[in-house]
Amino acid sequence: MRHDHLITSKQLSRADIELVLDRAAEIDRDQEAVAGRHADALLGLLFFEPSTRTKLSFEAAMKRLGGDVVDMGAVESSSVTKGETLADTVRVIQGYADALVLRHPREGAATMAAEFADVPVINAGDGAGHHPTQTLLDLYTIRENAGLEELTIGIVGDLKYGRTVHSLAYALANFDAQQHFVSPESLQLPREVVYDLHQEGASVREHEALADVLPSLDVLYVTRIQRERFPDEAEYREVAGRYRIDAESLAAADDELTVMHPLPRVDEIAPDVDDTDHAAYFEQAHNGVPVRMALLDLLLGDLDE
Amino acid sequence: MSEHELRVSKIRSGTVIDHVRAGQALNVLTIVGIDGSEGEEVSIGMNVPSDRLARKDIVKVEGRELSQEEVDVLSLIAPDATINIVREYEVVEKHRVERPEVVEGVLECPNPGCITNADEPAATRFEVLEDGVRCAYCGTIVREGIADLIRE
Repeated sequence: MRHDHLITSKQLSRADIELVLDRAAEIDRDQEAVAGRHADALLGLLFFEPSTRTKLSFEAAMKRLGGDVVDMGAVESSSVTKGETLADTVRVIQGYADALVLRHPREGAATMAAEFADVPVINAGDGAGHHPTQTLLDLYTIRENAGLEELTIGIVGDLKYGRTVHSLAYALANFDAQQHFVSPESLQLPREVVYDLHQEGASVREHEALADVLPSLDVLYVTRIQRERFPDEAEYREVAGRYRIDAESLAAADDELTVMHPLPRVDEIAPDVDDTDHAAYFEQAHNGVPVRMALLDLLLGDLDE
Repeated sequence: MSEHELRVSKIRSGTVIDHVRAGQALNVLTIVGIDGSEGEEVSIGMNVPSDRLARKDIVKVEGRELSQEEVDVLSLIAPDATINIVREYEVVEKHRVERPEVVEGVLECPNPGCITNADEPAATRFEVLEDGVRCAYCGTIVREGIADLIRE
């Protein structure tokens, strides 16, 4: 790859994305083949916010490539509580590791961290900003299930604060996908993101009702609507209920529809969807490991060359 | 020089920033980093009648020639400004401000969640768009009220 850092999916071209997905597919077929490829590599984990899937799958990916991780641990037990800046933390920990994975509650944190690091920085989520490795595993899952060509996708839920949504939308602009964004008005895509997507010539439509687009979709990407975005419980319940997916509501969808979710879900997808052929969200979570292995292999591989 | 402009005295050598949008003179000084603390002689005219702008501000700085780079940032709040470099009471150079591609350290990001608002040792950076500016860190776009973002 021509990038030292992975900060946003906006920086990725179609060729970059395909390079990672192809490598992930190779690894998925035969993980043993890459088992010792990065035996001496150390990955630094800087998670300033809680994470289960992203952190564990990075750790699993690095270990399956033969390497290991050094983990800053919880913020409460680190020198961050003594008032250390992110810039200093990055400058120190980059000396211990060959690449850094950063999750931080502030937008732009990974962009800034990259300015202070001589090793590759991978953005694992910056506030409401970006989450490009989630996007790569999402794209991998879409490619495996529905294909990326002539894709019609509906993205539902919290589009305003959902960083996975922003990253996915940018990446899909490379594939001429028809993108339908479904949300209550208060949680629409940020205008900045819409502006960028239009600049990229992406096909973007916004809706309030899922029923308007459901029958036309190849992929339905569901995200969680968070309670804290609403002033009161009643309003939250009303809105969240409107976008709840269950087996019955999916009767209106195409038989081949793929349903995805970055997880964790609360109740936006009913458990009765799990047993249908539509459900791809657990497979999606599993894909985090081969996709992150592919990414690490490409980023660390470049260092050896 | 018109009769109105004489309200602000001529300078001997330095920079005259003319045709500044009315009300923006103090912001102009903030952007170019002049607060009088270094003893510069500064004259300001505010809401002066102007043929081109109806009302305009004008800023004259004695003893300092501002570079094109320094004044280009002014295009964000005073796109019609003209810059006159004066030596021995004569205007020796006259040019317009041009929109720079990037402005660094001048504006504060209005997004409270942006990393640049977190006491980190990084200057703010904004890309200049056709109709606004965009934070290079968090991506926030500002189209109106750019003058309100000027760092004190």
